[in-house]
Amino acid sequence: MNSAAKGKAPVSSIETTKRILVLGVGNVLWADEGFGVRAVDEFYCRYSVPGNVTVVDGGTRGLYLLSYIEETDCLIVFDAIEYSLKPGQLRLLRNEEVPRFTGAKKMSLHQTGLQDVLSAADLLGRFPREMALIGCQPLNLEDWCGPLTSPVRAQIGPAIDLACQLLKQWGSEAQLRRVPLRNSGNLPADVDHATSERKARRG
Amino acid sequence: MRVQTPNGFNLDNSGKRIVVDPLTRIEGHLRVEVNVDSNNVIRNAVSTGTMWRGIETILKGRDPRDAWAFTERICGVCTGTHALTSVRAVEHALGITIPENANSIRNIMQLCLYVHDHLVHFYHLHALDWVDVMSALKADAKATSQLAQSVSPWPLSSPSYFKQLQMRLIKFVESGQLGPFKNGYWGHPAYKLPPEANLIAVAHYLEALDFQKEIAKIQAVYGGKNPHPNWLVGGVPCPINVDGTGAVGAINMERLNLVSSIIDRSIEFVEQVYLPDLVMIASFYKDWLYGGGLSGKSVMSYGDIPEHANDYSEKSLMLPRGVILNGNLNDVLPIDHGDPEQIQEFVVHSWYKYPDETRGLHPWQGITEPNFQLGADTKGTKTDIKELDEGAKYSWIKAPRWRGHAVEVGPLARYVMGYAQGRAEFKEPIDKFLKPLHLPFTALFSALGRTAARALECQWAAHQMSYFQDKLVAHIKAGGTSTANIEKWSRESWPRKAKGYGFTEAPRGALGHWIKIKDCKIDNYQCVVPTTWNGWPRDLKGNIGAFEASLIDTPMADPEKPLEILRTIHSFDPCLACSTHVMSPDGQELVTVKVR
Repeated sequence: MNSAAKGKAPVSSIETTKRILVLGVGNVLWADEGFGVRAVDEFYCRYSVPGNVTVVDGGTRGLYLLSYIEETDCLIVFDAIEYSLKPGQLRLLRNEEVPRFTGAKKMSLHQTGLQDVLSAADLLGRFPREMALIGCQPLNLEDWCGPLTSPVRAQIGPAIDLACQLLKQWGSEAQLRRVPLRNSGNLPADVDHATSERKARRG
Repeated sequence: MRVQTPNGFNLDNSGKRIVVDPLTRIEGHLRVEVNVDSNNVIRNAVSTGTMWRGIETILKGRDPRDAWAFTERICGVCTGTHALTSVRAVEHALGITIPENANSIRNIMQLCLYVHDHLVHFYHLHALDWVDVMSALKADAKATSQLAQSVSPWPLSSPSYFKQLQMRLIKFVESGQLGPFKNGYWGHPAYKLPPEANLIAVAHYLEALDFQKEIAKIQAVYGGKNPHPNWLVGGVPCPINVDGTGAVGAINMERLNLVSSIIDRSIEFVEQVYLPDLVMIASFYKDWLYGGGLSGKSVMSYGDIPEHANDYSEKSLMLPRGVILNGNLNDVLPIDHGDPEQIQEFVVHSWYKYPDETRGLHPWQGITEPNFQLGADTKGTKTDIKELDEGAKYSWIKAPRWRGHAVEVGPLARYVMGYAQGRAEFKEPIDKFLKPLHLPFTALFSALGRTAARALECQWAAHQMSYFQDKLVAHIKAGGTSTANIEKWSRESWPRKAKGYGFTEAPRGALGHWIKIKDCKIDNYQCVVPTTWNGWPRDLKGNIGAFEASLIDTPMADPEKPLEILRTIHSFDPCLACSTHVMSPDGQELVTVKVR
């Protein structure tokens, strides 16, 4: 999903405008591992962003996210993190605090993760100037095809609020949509039990 | 216990057992157990898919026109090839033909997948089996530049370019951040490249990472997105409108020119970076010719890339088609996907249930019923297997056979087939590769040969992509803009019962889908995928699989660090998400090794 970023800024302001990426990563097939993807999707449904901000559902794309990262000045990432916190607890990590190993457990289908992308961007000499990881401690990662657990789902709102504060600090404020997008088709193959999977089973 | 398998391999499982789990770098889980003798030479090998794939079950009762969208998601790497196989199967069942432009666009997308997949496989999934990143820290930048310039005109080769990269790498290692280079067996004696060659390979690892996103754009232009581009029964969902007005998102001249320019740059990258690196690596590893396994005996290729729309005969297919048995290159046997006696799957050592497991089933009769049970000699428990019992069921991969024979599939199989058929476009590049290395043709039957065939095929595919792009543009300029045939789109035009098959050559080997349609719904669907052909467990007669066979007799420098096993198995480009489905989530580390 690519946001309004397609509407290009005028040529004269390109050099002065920070390119910002709001990225959600994780595997929606592994319950709370899908936190990042769910959060970025919900963020996009609720908020519109200025032209210099790109919103991306990175899923389990691993190294292939490099092209987005290397074109970014300021990066916000939603992800599940293993910090031995209380399940559902949020943590905001800035710049050097962003660890090499994000992803609560290395079991997403692509075993290369965000840390690989960040280090590859670093080696290529194209690293974001500013970075923020909005992480959430998962409760359950073993529930195959299961939805987010309630303590983690409850943190989507606060996580989005954190992202909005960061965007504001970076001078690129997100605007609440008058009518939130619903069924935007951003996750057309959604496996969230609440929606499509039940529909399919009813046949 | 010592045995000789009917397909000619000597096994001895009395030595020390080594377990490597999981083995694939991305997508899915493959576990390998081997026994080594007192000299650390592999004398027995057991490969197992540790995941279960249920896509056949999911497809039952669905609209056959939707099947491509489900099967495509079996895998995020060979994205698109399952979809192409699926639409071909449905078209075959319902007697649907496609327009010439659709054939060209499908071929470009399939060839684009080859170029992308082979390049990414070589640099990002396989190179580190040959390249020691830590050794690159010791390279002399000037000597590196000289070496690079001696093998290729690629412009990124100055001493300062390599120096800067090396500095960043040193900073990285010093800070303890190895990122994509973690979990390596750095300093392992089985690494043979000098520091300068290692530094070049690391530089190209990064350049390839940067360039692969360009190649993927071709799929996005014609398929709407990547990964998982869109497909259509009856053609391609890709309208053409060269005037650039009217339909939004249609293919116009600007898009066509973009694709042409990416194809040109892909050819350049493959010829100036990938191929010279392959030759460089091969020149240091030409004495390490292990890992051949079945490739010198029995190989199979379905063929792909039809020159003419709707003609899937051997004559029309630009990739070779046929079966070679017992090393007899003089006799390439024909394949019939509809013959119930030819392609069959067995489950005697697989975690599935058949009414009579002494017999194989043709995919049209295929059954996908799970049956997870462990043999009496298994060590550990169902949820924590320490050591498998290969005398019983031990894998989620079925054992497919061609007329009862075990075969290897993939780039090496295709090139051996093309060579045997005397086709210049396959024979000449092989000879050109082998000659300066002073290696005989039989040297191809190795992990290195598999890796070489993949690189040569990447170059071939990049040029064919250019051929079909030109053909498409010429056809459009002559006024042909049709990309889909919707005559039989409506269900009313279908027979009450129909069956068909579709086949492709996925980058990693022969792929087939078989479909039965009843009352406009899918009645049965079976995918027989490349990693099933290569990664299968033992069969009733005790034959071992291509992965297993490839490991036999390989000496290991250090069983605790099974670099040699990784190198050989990775040379097949295994894709386990495709062969099986997620069962064990315990993939915390890239590789766990246990020596018992």
